[in-house]
Amino acid sequence: MVRADEELKTGDWMRVFTQARELGVLQLGLSGGEPLVRPDVEDLVAHAHGVGLYTTLVSSGVGLTPGRARKLRDAGLEHIQISIQDSDEKAADSVAGMRAVRQKLSAAAIVRELGFALSINVVLHRGNIDRVGEMIDLAARLGADRLELANTQYYGWALANRNALMPSPAQVAAASDAADEAMRRHRGRMQIVYVLPDYYESYPKPCYGGWGRHYLVVMPDGRTLPCHGATHITTLRFDSVRDHALRWIWEESAAFQAFRGDAWMPEPCRACPRKAIDFGGCRCQAFALTGNATNPDPVCTLTPLRAIIDKAVQEATGPPAYQYRYISLAPERT
Amino acid sequence: MTLTAAAVPALWRLARLEFDPVRQQRVLLYPEGVVLLNDTGGAILDLCDGRRSIADVAAILQERYRRDVTADVIDYLSQLVERELVRVE
Repeated sequence: MVRADEELKTGDWMRVFTQARELGVLQLGLSGGEPLVRPDVEDLVAHAHGVGLYTTLVSSGVGLTPGRARKLRDAGLEHIQISIQDSDEKAADSVAGMRAVRQKLSAAAIVRELGFALSINVVLHRGNIDRVGEMIDLAARLGADRLELANTQYYGWALANRNALMPSPAQVAAASDAADEAMRRHRGRMQIVYVLPDYYESYPKPCYGGWGRHYLVVMPDGRTLPCHGATHITTLRFDSVRDHALRWIWEESAAFQAFRGDAWMPEPCRACPRKAIDFGGCRCQAFALTGNATNPDPVCTLTPLRAIIDKAVQEATGPPAYQYRYISLAPERT
Repeated sequence: MTLTAAAVPALWRLARLEFDPVRQQRVLLYPEGVVLLNDTGGAILDLCDGRRSIADVAAILQERYRRDVTADVIDYLSQLVERELVRVE
């Protein structure tokens, strides 16, 4: 979080959007915090649309009035993503929680009425993953075009609370089955993207399609990152759009160069054919779990570092239940 | 899903074709994604209007490319149907 007076001004953002489009960027996501708290969101959307960016507003849905939504549509906004946080679930019987849920429902209705594309985003964890079927049905009732069910990634706050958040193997298997079934049922009407918790995968995820390949994040204070989690890598310094053109940051800055290509990779990654698929996995995860961002992503069962993940799963969820699907077991090492 | 020449393809309601002046290339834009199109891909999708069948699309392209492209069109659209970017009736 940064204070409002430290945030980029309207003109700064517009300059960044123009530079992004010139760099080849086609998709823009306006997120936060809550982007609707900025009174200039409509102007930013209009500028983004004008330079040819396909623009998504990522919002809690709270504060999206019909008047505001109409202005955003007229400015050229095409897609609204409403997040349903776990806190809503926890607080669902409290008055404040119900109010937040109602506001989201009414925001979703406004989004559909005005003809925006609607995505619903839910972050899954031990406390809500058993209700994945209900969440899918809710998204369908809201008329969502897309539903993203993403399991918690363990960085920062979530890493500190990993033992409380990590679902059990049985929960993950049941949720995967529910999601598979729902994907078939809603096919052609609602696209469902289900992101497995990577601790239960055998190989790392191609984080954002590889470091500095397709994606960049400009923070409210202007610092520009290769992914949302990158500030957790405390050994990197991130340049700001206040000081540099976006193209320079993308092409030249040390942070974006750090893990491009394969020169930075240790073995077994550099010789591994999977590097073309996962680009070495997640640098933030390697740093968070091993203290060295150039280590292999410990999720990968081809590295001895996998023991870190298996130990974490065991600590968080008890002895692994071997009969379930979707569980990757590290090879025996003797 | 297997497509037949009788199927009638249309772009997903939320996907649209654009020309990207930076890449000098046609692109298909949709929520959270982009497909960079080659000339043939763009030519096929231009004709997918929810009225023409795949056979109609292939017949138009056959005049342009001077060969039967039905199998190519089916292959290409099958990939996009799989990704739910093209819908068929």
